[in-house]
Amino acid sequence: MSMMKTLMGAAAALALTATGALADGPAVIFDLGGKFDRSFNESAFNGAQRWAEETGGTFREIELQSDAQREQAMRRLAEAGANPIVMAGFLQETPLSVVAPDYPDTTFVIIDAVVDAPNVRSVIFAEHEGSYLVGMLAAMASETGTVGFVGGMDVPLISAFGCGYAQGVVAVNPEATVIANMTGTTPAAWNDPVRGGELTRGQIARGADVVYAAAGGTGLGVLQVAADEGILSIGVDSNQNYLHPGSVLTSMLKRVDVAVYDAFLAGPDVETGVHVFGLEEEGVGYALDEFNAELITAEMQEAVDAARAAIIAGELMVHDYRTDGTCPVQMQ
Amino acid sequence: MDFLTIVQILDSTVRLATPLLLACLAGLWSERAGIFDIGLEGKMLAAAFFSAAIAFTTGSVWLGLFAGIVASVFLSGLHGVASITFRGNQLISGVAINFLAAGLTVVIAQTWFQQGGRTPQLATESRFGNIVLPGAETRIRDIAQQGPLGQVYSELISGHSILVYVALLMVPLTWFLLYRTRFGLRLRAVGENPAAVDTAGVSVVGLRYAAVVICGVLCGLAGAYLATALNAGFVKDMSAGRGFIALAALIFAKWRPWYALSACLLFGLFDAIGNRYQNIQLGEFIVPVQFMQALPYILVVIVLAGLVGKAIPPRAGGEPYVKER
Repeated sequence: MSMMKTLMGAAAALALTATGALADGPAVIFDLGGKFDRSFNESAFNGAQRWAEETGGTFREIELQSDAQREQAMRRLAEAGANPIVMAGFLQETPLSVVAPDYPDTTFVIIDAVVDAPNVRSVIFAEHEGSYLVGMLAAMASETGTVGFVGGMDVPLISAFGCGYAQGVVAVNPEATVIANMTGTTPAAWNDPVRGGELTRGQIARGADVVYAAAGGTGLGVLQVAADEGILSIGVDSNQNYLHPGSVLTSMLKRVDVAVYDAFLAGPDVETGVHVFGLEEEGVGYALDEFNAELITAEMQEAVDAARAAIIAGELMVHDYRTDGTCPVQMQ
Repeated sequence: MDFLTIVQILDSTVRLATPLLLACLAGLWSERAGIFDIGLEGKMLAAAFFSAAIAFTTGSVWLGLFAGIVASVFLSGLHGVASITFRGNQLISGVAINFLAAGLTVVIAQTWFQQGGRTPQLATESRFGNIVLPGAETRIRDIAQQGPLGQVYSELISGHSILVYVALLMVPLTWFLLYRTRFGLRLRAVGENPAAVDTAGVSVVGLRYAAVVICGVLCGLAGAYLATALNAGFVKDMSAGRGFIALAALIFAKWRPWYALSACLLFGLFDAIGNRYQNIQLGEFIVPVQFMQALPYILVVIVLAGLVGKAIPPRAGGEPYVKER
């Protein structure tokens, strides 16, 4: 019995010190794809890590294992005094709108969704603009005139990626065909590389020679099959060019890391409200490094940079699927 | 729908049916000897993790395969000890193995690789590559240029990993061992009437352990196929219910090897069609993608609800053998 008491006492003391030591720092909640998905969540992690290295601070983190944990995770961090609490992923929207009013003194930052509350900073990205640019690159690199798109979960956000991409493709080659597939309709679709690979094989069979993956961990299967089959692929969110040098044409960068870093740096006083990260803010863009330097010619770069400038200047409007749920370009 | 599309769907069917087939045969061996095994899923998962982890650390896919088989046989042995030696409840032991594998793989992966419960991505050399038969094309675009026979040869027959061919070979091998050898006769008898086997002076326990070990080896192959051939590495819960589908296929197949092959190919086919055709248009009516992806599971329910006729399991299945005194 006394042994039991000692153990319990030790555990309680440990729990107390653990919360005490880390209270008041910022925190980040990763979505279901996992912290090391080499894509969306990893980008968020990199931002937090950069902040920790530069300031010497520590941050708390929670990796969600299931949908049911979302609200619980937010409440736990808020109760422990973490501030601000950054969460990556649009699936956090509903739980956050329930939790945020309960903790008026805590600032929440949500990426990829908008929650209307005085203590929430909503960061959304203009993915359709970044996708437009990689769509142009895809159309210029394609020899068959057919390009593919593999999305993760079938939600408006991913449709916005696909729609922006298709617009970019058609802008370069009006005759081009865009084949689009979604991996699934549940969050499991972010982590199903086998299905991603099968979808890619199907698209290659229908003539696609450039495939754009906007599918978190599923995208790794897409890039793998593209490399095996000798076609080009386009990565997403993080710079994925290094995964298969010479096969990944480029990556559509979505600077989730910058959003997390900014929020961590500003601390609890981070400005709330809706913030859009577009091309102008360098929140989205395409990746160019030593791994794809040979794939992107000077002409391609010139054309894309011109389009980028036109979008920033407001001369070129890329339609955002999320505004009305339709896409001007027909995808197959 | 052109000819090449059909060939490609069949090709995808073979790839997707292979893990099911291996797991289904594993279950067949175990259940034919009277040991129900709902731990196929867990064994596959454990094998997937260890094969990927060892293939990554040593760089040799064969060592990885070996490690996967060892892990799976170990869990099989655990199931055997619980249900044969200690006469425990076989269903509970199977469930325990599923939970154990689901949790342990992620925890060990996190400790070893610190990548959030997955293994690092495997390089091409440490995966099972595709075997290209002589004269076959490998890339889909080259295959499209060939004639129908060439397409069937290059796409469907050639270009699979060695484990696919092994899995297909296991079907006649299992049939032969079970139905044409003395060992197989005894093994089947142990599943029907262990007392009779015991009276004849043959060890019931020995035969059941042999069956459980064979089950472990086959599950190990299935897991290694998932992680080192179909994928390049282990991710959390990557077996994704295939062990349970394999159990359904086993009942569908009435515990017979050749039927098991057709049942698994059927499930693979529906999976492949669901992947390929996300929205099928039938005249005015569009079949939604959700329906196509649910199809394998709907099929399980329909099939098990009586379409197969009466599926009679081995009579002594699920019951520990106790010698009468």
